Amino acid sequence: MLDIITYVLIGVGLFFNLMAGVGLLRFPDFYTRLHAGTKCTTFGSIFLIGAVVLQSVAAWIDGGWGSPDSVLALHAVIALAAILVTNPTGAHAIARAGHRSGVKPVQAVVDDLEDARVSD
Amino acid sequence: MSWLPAVVFLGVCIAIALVRVGIGPTVPDRIVGLDTVNTIIVVAMVLLGAAFHEVIYVDVAIVYALLSFVTTLFIAKYIEKGKF
Repeated sequence: MLDIITYVLIGVGLFFNLMAGVGLLRFPDFYTRLHAGTKCTTFGSIFLIGAVVLQSVAAWIDGGWGSPDSVLALHAVIALAAILVTNPTGAHAIARAGHRSGVKPVQAVVDDLEDARVSD
Repeated sequence: MSWLPAVVFLGVCIAIALVRVGIGPTVPDRIVGLDTVNTIIVVAMVLLGAAFHEVIYVDVAIVYALLSFVTTLFIAKYIEKGKF
């Protein structure tokens, strides 16, 4: 039962990571590629690291309190927290920098943030 | 558990994202591809740590995530103003 849940988590995570790659290739302009490449990898890494944490916690329960799998579980949670904090922040910085460097969406007519581009 | 096929599949995803890094028409497109590659590498290193039962892989993944975040911020600041 535990292995089935883990395989389902791995499958969902790999699917979203593959969708990130496909979206990066197929989407028309910079902002939609950012949308695909950042959100899909964040969501997919939640499931993939969640599978690792699930297996590690199960091995931790089996192996007793001093089991080395406890370190794996806790550090995987820390790695997931690092991804969850840094990935959206980096995406926001890239979008801001792309807009200020003059990249426009395809078929865009109105840009309400035009004056933000020329300030400072 | 069979973690290694998942790591190979993530390698395929990295290859797809590297195509965008190669052909991206503008500089921010290439940075988006690079950021995606960094995130997938972190996840792949955590999976490798689970596959080989080595905690040091996960520790390196944490440091890699934080350093790639700093790198992304610096590149974004560079293409925003043209200088550091």
